[in-house]
Amino acid sequence: MSEPGLGDLAELRAPLAAGSTTATALVERSFARLEALEPTLRAFLFTRREAALGEAAEADRRRSRGALRGPLDGIPIAIKDNIVQAAEPASGASRILEAYVSPFEATAVARLPAAGAVVVGRTNLDEFAMGSSTEHSCQGPSKNPWDTTRSPGGSSGGSAVAVSAGVVPLSLGSDTGGSIRQPAALCGVVGMKPTYGRVSRYGLVAFASSLDQIGPLGRSAADCAALLDAISGHDPHDSTSLPEPPLATRDALSGDVSGLTLGWLREVDDAAGVAPGVRRCVREAVGELERAGAKLREVSLPHTRHAIAAYYLIATAEASSNLARYDGVRYGHRAATQGSLTELYERTRAEGFGAEVKRRILLGTYVLSAGYYDAYYRKAQQVRTLLRRDFEAAFAGCDAIVLPTTPETAFRLGEKSDDPLALYLADVFTVSANLAGLPGVSTPCGTDAGLPVGLQILGPPLADATVLRIADAYQRRTPHHLARPPL
Amino acid sequence: MSRISREEVERVAHLARLRLGGDEAEAMTQALEAILAYVAQLDAVDTEGVPATAHVIPLATPLREDEPEDVLAPDLAVANAPAPRGTAFTVPRVLDDEAEG
Repeated sequence: MSEPGLGDLAELRAPLAAGSTTATALVERSFARLEALEPTLRAFLFTRREAALGEAAEADRRRSRGALRGPLDGIPIAIKDNIVQAAEPASGASRILEAYVSPFEATAVARLPAAGAVVVGRTNLDEFAMGSSTEHSCQGPSKNPWDTTRSPGGSSGGSAVAVSAGVVPLSLGSDTGGSIRQPAALCGVVGMKPTYGRVSRYGLVAFASSLDQIGPLGRSAADCAALLDAISGHDPHDSTSLPEPPLATRDALSGDVSGLTLGWLREVDDAAGVAPGVRRCVREAVGELERAGAKLREVSLPHTRHAIAAYYLIATAEASSNLARYDGVRYGHRAATQGSLTELYERTRAEGFGAEVKRRILLGTYVLSAGYYDAYYRKAQQVRTLLRRDFEAAFAGCDAIVLPTTPETAFRLGEKSDDPLALYLADVFTVSANLAGLPGVSTPCGTDAGLPVGLQILGPPLADATVLRIADAYQRRTPHHLARPPL
Repeated sequence: MSRISREEVERVAHLARLRLGGDEAEAMTQALEAILAYVAQLDAVDTEGVPATAHVIPLATPLREDEPEDVLAPDLAVANAPAPRGTAFTVPRVLDDEAEG
């Protein structure tokens, strides 16, 4: 590999500040790395080299004037291709949006120029973020940099690969049931799902609106904190956006966890299917946090065993409603037919959606249909309430809950693609945070047979700074987030 | 006992405006059958008197002053339309000529 990967923010900012490199040079390095690795990894769906170089040149001019915009100024970043940027494509990895160019900009993206970050491109995902392997992308899967025969996870697989491979130090993803945390864990990077409502969903291609949340992926908790701070805060364009100012989580990274109580889930001990190597790494990580002064106590969330069932009913119901907008009339693919309007809809959607999206639309339509609404959808929403109450009770006795991000390390491409339910079950440790609206971060905590393992830290609503502070304290004491894939 | 029949899947597909190809209806029926069998575990959860959670963080519907703001320009609004006519979207004829007349 002629072009070494980009390091973390601290590594990039030091030479920028010293004048030994420029934002332009960083963006050029990012593209050199991208071009060398894309044939193997397929992390990106679209790139914007000229625009990025133009923005980097502006960042360099700002620096020479002494008018810097903050910790992200001149830093290249990547965006998941379901978060729109004005005048750029946004396909959601779906054939139905293959030729779409966004006329507007997501709030999270619109806040990047104010921070000085430079978007280099748009990353691969499972179609409309529905999946946990990127195998449901209409452009084919991304590859895990640690072992290219394996999945990077998903749905924000491309965003995790781009960071893991050193193409960019930071990226944006979206997390509906673990889609930031799971690929972060499987690719050995940090991924953070903020409290629901922290980051505006305006301009995020809607999947399940009560669960979707945009968040950062990066090389360290501190880097994720910097990006979260830049994109968070109230937005009048999203009626579920919290009426809170932008976060300042970066200032809360004290490195200190003494006095904090961490909850260890009894249900994780009882769970079948957690790989021994994953258990070992996560146990060791928790031991490290105890040595750093945190207290550990056992907590229980009895309803988490029903979380997957509730999640897939709620998520598909919301998806079936959200995806009704793809009708072949206002934007996106349109089937060539001389038939009726109904035929136009049916053919357009049959041609435009992939199998997993169709499966979820059908399930969601079914559970919302007359006669089934109470038995499935309403029941799932009631179980959601019970799960929320479990978390409230648990957080009465601890500041955060620590658990594995995933039960296993990265699986082989194709291994689970014939059995949708098997893939759903792998989301067992991540979906609860979405159902309860909680902040959660996954940090690398070692490897098992050469593949990364993720430690997940969940906090009560609004405790975004706390989970990042714990992850950062862990990273100050351990080298696991510094490990690089053998590319 | 099967929870969902192929006919039911085809009915739901029509509700969702999805045309299923030859083998697709059968494959979807099998997949939905497996998923519905799994989620049936919720039947055993006692939810008597438990309110439903639609949104985890309850917020009142935000209101703002009724002042005009910039909106998407018409030419941009139709820029992604597959068959625009001027600044209009087009659809197949919905009413036949007689009904129109």
